[in-house]
Amino acid sequence: MNMTNTTVRHDFETIAAWVAPGSRVLDLGCGDGTLLKYLTDSRQARGYGVEIADANILACVKKGLNVIQNDLDAGLSGFEADSFDFVSLSQTLQAMRHIEQVIAEMLRVGKQAIVAFPNFGYWRHRMQVLQGHMPVSPNLPYQWFDTPNIHLCTVKDFEAFCAQRGIRILERVVMEGEREIGFLPNIRGSVAAYRIERG
Amino acid sequence: MAKFAAPAKIHDNRPDMSKLIVTPQTARFESPLTLKSGATLPSYELVYETYGTLNAGKSNAILVCHALSGNHHVAGVHSEHDKRPGWWDNMIGPGKPIDTGRFFVIGLNNLGGCHGSTGPSSINPQTGKPFGASFPVVTVEDWVETQARLADRLGIHQFAAIVGGSLGGMQVLQWSINHPDRLRHALVIAAAPRLTAQNIAFNDVARQAILTDPDFHGGDFYAHGVVPRRGLRIARMLGHITYLSDDAMGEKFGRILRTGAYNFGYEVEFEIESYLRYQGDKFADSFDANTYLLMTKALDYFDPTHHHQHGSLSETMQAARAKFLVISFSTDWRFSPSRSREIVKALLDNNLDVSYAEITAAHGHDAFLMEDPQYHNLVRAYMERIVEEA
Repeated sequence: MNMTNTTVRHDFETIAAWVAPGSRVLDLGCGDGTLLKYLTDSRQARGYGVEIADANILACVKKGLNVIQNDLDAGLSGFEADSFDFVSLSQTLQAMRHIEQVIAEMLRVGKQAIVAFPNFGYWRHRMQVLQGHMPVSPNLPYQWFDTPNIHLCTVKDFEAFCAQRGIRILERVVMEGEREIGFLPNIRGSVAAYRIERG
Repeated sequence: MAKFAAPAKIHDNRPDMSKLIVTPQTARFESPLTLKSGATLPSYELVYETYGTLNAGKSNAILVCHALSGNHHVAGVHSEHDKRPGWWDNMIGPGKPIDTGRFFVIGLNNLGGCHGSTGPSSINPQTGKPFGASFPVVTVEDWVETQARLADRLGIHQFAAIVGGSLGGMQVLQWSINHPDRLRHALVIAAAPRLTAQNIAFNDVARQAILTDPDFHGGDFYAHGVVPRRGLRIARMLGHITYLSDDAMGEKFGRILRTGAYNFGYEVEFEIESYLRYQGDKFADSFDANTYLLMTKALDYFDPTHHHQHGSLSETMQAARAKFLVISFSTDWRFSPSRSREIVKALLDNNLDVSYAEITAAHGHDAFLMEDPQYHNLVRAYMERIVEEA
């Protein structure tokens, strides 16, 4: 479900900066474990990944990471409340079936949650829609017919979602490539990352 | 074997070095063993096999714990012409996922077994007759103690890993609780933290089949020169049904008739009947009825939370220090994936290192003995990690 590994994951650095050294981290949809490995190496995080794909489970074990094979859409019943400092979900939210449940579960299991997703409101995406096509970009690398992404949203949508549920946004970083976008983020930013907690 | 590409081995009559040839050994223990039941065995023997070489630091040892009907013959063959390799030969051997080129692997027959270790069919030195019904009931904890004594004998203080499937996985779990410093890694495969009522029910039907066989003679059938074959057969047939998935059984046998037509009688007609009877017969010829009773009872009694005040697995696992790999199989209904997830949860609750995989496999509980790329690649990758850590 993660983006292709050839794309540099600038959101990793953002996420890593938010994770206090030595934290207990649960990385949902951890893919081949690249982010988790990064957090383990650079932040001495004590982490577990959650993944569903067999190949990714194997890749994580090869990296020496802790990984639990589990369908995220089935919830996080195997994890106790408040058992992690951070629960992260990077570039996976848009492919989840039950978004509300997943966010609620993240905020139950984690003291804080970190969510990163491609911004559908990015101007290049808007242009493609205006030209009559579903957007395809480095952050949305799929065609409409083979995309795993079923719940795309914009920066504005996600913030409204949080506001409606009393979820507190602690920090937000919107990026375009390596650059952080401060001005008109919902138009100029291709990826958004949020640090959130229960309100 | 030649190192470089050689012509076909037409004239080469040298033994095939890729074959792992192994000889069982026996360790005799003279110090008395007090069992969980309170009974004491004054002395006993354990038969075992080893594969690979123990390194100078004695840090590369792997213990393999067997399941209900397993034994010490885990891998390799007993002679050049032996056609029947050990029961986990697809997993353990030179270049296999558990590579005997890197690890020193130990397989043993558990106490109470019928493949050479002291058990109900062994001669009781005090009477000169087989123990029979007088052989005490042993538990998973008792096995772990005897395995620890064998490790002491072999000069192994700490295992690189202890590995087991099914009842074997339960022994691994018990090891991690009772001797947390004596294993670095625990591979718990197709196991459960304790049996469900349904599991115990299956075991009791199997036991009743044996206990009510007129040839059982209260467990002392040896003196009568008979074996409770009927009981053992039925016990094994029942077991086999629970080890396979409905789908696997359907795919393999379906409703196929041996003669292609109904015979309107009670002889073997369906292929599944033929298969189960064959498995039952084979087992009845080679396995001891008292050992079968004892092994199923050890399964039923296994509950590491039993001595714990609050009865929670999470609290029980507080003692553990090992790193875990837990594996389950999608169609295993005897020890289903949800049972493995209970173990994983208890490990997570204690902040222990754990990876968990649910292998998509058609063969039910038996899948842990089968060759499956994802399963074997995972164990291989995990074992390589153990090598790298060392």
